[in-house]
Amino acid sequence: MTASQRRIKILLGKPGLDGHDQGAKVVARAMMDAGFEVIYTGLRQTPEQIARIALEEDVDVISLSSMAGSHLPFCRKLKPLLEASGLNDKLWVIGGNLPAQDHDALRELGFKGIFPSGSKLDAICDYIRKEVK
Amino acid sequence: MNDRTKSALLQPKFNESGIEVKPLYTAADVAASGGMEMVGEPGQYPFTRGIHREMYRKQPWTMRQYAGFGNPADTNQRFKYLIANGQTGLNVAFDLPTQIGLDSDDPLAEGEIGRVGMSIDTLRDFEIAFDGIDLKKITVSLTINGAAAILIAMYLAMAEKRGYDIKELRGTAQNDILKEFIGRGTWIFPVEPSIRLVGDTIEYCAMHAPKYSPVSVCGYHIRESGATPAQEMAYAFCIAKAYADDAIRRGLPVDEFAGRLSYNFNIFGNIFEQVCKFRAGRGLWAKIMKEQYGAEKPGSMWLRMIAGGGGGGLTFEQPELNIVRGAYYALISALSGTQTMALCSYDEAYTIPTEYSARISLRTMQLLIEEMGLTETVDPLAGSFYVETMTNEMRHKMEEIMAETDAQGGIVKMVSEGSIQAKVSAQAYQMQRKIDSGAFPKVGVNCYRNEQEEDHPVEFHDYNEEDARVQIQGLQRIRAERDNAKVSGALIRLRGDAASGRNVMPALVEAVKAYASVGEMTKELVNVFGRYREPIRF
Repeated sequence: MTASQRRIKILLGKPGLDGHDQGAKVVARAMMDAGFEVIYTGLRQTPEQIARIALEEDVDVISLSSMAGSHLPFCRKLKPLLEASGLNDKLWVIGGNLPAQDHDALRELGFKGIFPSGSKLDAICDYIRKEVK
Repeated sequence: MNDRTKSALLQPKFNESGIEVKPLYTAADVAASGGMEMVGEPGQYPFTRGIHREMYRKQPWTMRQYAGFGNPADTNQRFKYLIANGQTGLNVAFDLPTQIGLDSDDPLAEGEIGRVGMSIDTLRDFEIAFDGIDLKKITVSLTINGAAAILIAMYLAMAEKRGYDIKELRGTAQNDILKEFIGRGTWIFPVEPSIRLVGDTIEYCAMHAPKYSPVSVCGYHIRESGATPAQEMAYAFCIAKAYADDAIRRGLPVDEFAGRLSYNFNIFGNIFEQVCKFRAGRGLWAKIMKEQYGAEKPGSMWLRMIAGGGGGGLTFEQPELNIVRGAYYALISALSGTQTMALCSYDEAYTIPTEYSARISLRTMQLLIEEMGLTETVDPLAGSFYVETMTNEMRHKMEEIMAETDAQGGIVKMVSEGSIQAKVSAQAYQMQRKIDSGAFPKVGVNCYRNEQEEDHPVEFHDYNEEDARVQIQGLQRIRAERDNAKVSGALIRLRGDAASGRNVMPALVEAVKAYASVGEMTKELVNVFGRYREPIRF
């Protein structure tokens, strides 16, 4: 079965030690309301945990919510793990407190969808629907 | 007037707490909402108008900007900068590894050392951070929760080592773990032992450091997580009662600890709803302490607080507008009769504030004190038909929310199950939908947007990888130099006391003085208490 025939399945992870999950939970609800299946990891996920859940759950989208500034070091560790698990063809998305000057580096690390604070919920969901085919 | 504004006038308006706001208030509204019974005089029960009669005439509010980053030495410099600019208290930010009890050399700490606050491993770091700062003149507030018992022990040990009399030492620790489960998320241990640790600090301070405030109960972060202003205060009171109940179960008389409980509340939103929230809360808390706990000392009934921040109201868009928002939030705080004030800086939606933006926040508060007449007269809004009616209605609303919470099994049960978390997060989602659709106006976000979003006038705080290396080296040096037999002995005692149910504070103070690290002490406690597992509920 291809993704277009089934519900889009999304992993929404909270990387690192930061506990600010208000945004992640709001986005998770928006994704559920948009009809996606969402696996929200809860706080303090390591790169290894995120890669493992993404593989086990066979998700279409791997999304992260980062608020406390450690997005680049985290994504640098996560990228090779996702690649080693054969998850290159999945859609990688990141949102949160992401300064514009870091967006190119995040794109180079494979994060195609970048949604800094202030992004609209519908914009995030529409983007995912369009990109996951 | 066009048709659109005409019809909007006819629509009923509700504040965020769900109370209808009328276009006109008269004496009849005050009477219908409960009259002036709970107003009283400032400095007298029920303290609705303020906990002191002269209020800011005697002493303006303490100004306590949140600060800390990098190594203790970096933070010490920022502290001295703020003090040199007229700040009257310190509010310490710790990095995430410190907040959740990890040493700087823990693999999980990589990339996070010194990032959102200063990094603390051992007593040596505290000695550096507060070097040259007179702890009698400048009171220090530690924003620490999961690892609070350890950091309080460390602060007391540091002060004692510098020759201060602990019996006279003032200061505050946030140490409100229940709200960390709802928002902010720096928990370590499961709910029950976490509450016990808070109780240990309350009991220890009541006996050994009676002027130190071991807990600052935070409505603030519950509000940031999606609670309404009335819920913010009601849930904070439920949480404070849970800590008070624990202290009373230990046999502490209420008047021996209640006077050292303090609060931390948020200030963004509708000016009148906010001011009435504080006035209502002061009366309600006094009533709870007097009637439910039998408190006799006025100090036990006081709602002492920091009213500040306002982060949830600030925007990523047009950040310079946050300077204006901050000024209005400070006005709210001043009109509310707070003891302490702090403001989020205009760039805080992006980064750790620069010296420049932190100084603007500080100057905003100083300007209110010096130029605007806000310190001259206590509770200046009292007697307004609107303010007195809304104060009564906010208090009724809070009482209603507290009763509902009790009916659902109480705050501890609801936090353990994740049902409070699910409730406020559902509200945060509804609010975000309203902001996205424009139904809840935010200037610069969903109305009055700039055609072309300019380059943001924000200077980013640089994260220094070198700081992390220096911090880890410092920790390793301490481990090599300290008396490791002494450390082991203290850690064994700590584990034993944790397991047997004795107060862990004496063992923590002993371990801290032997230069045991935050991570080492946390590990001992985790071995006994286990780790919290987050309930995921939507």
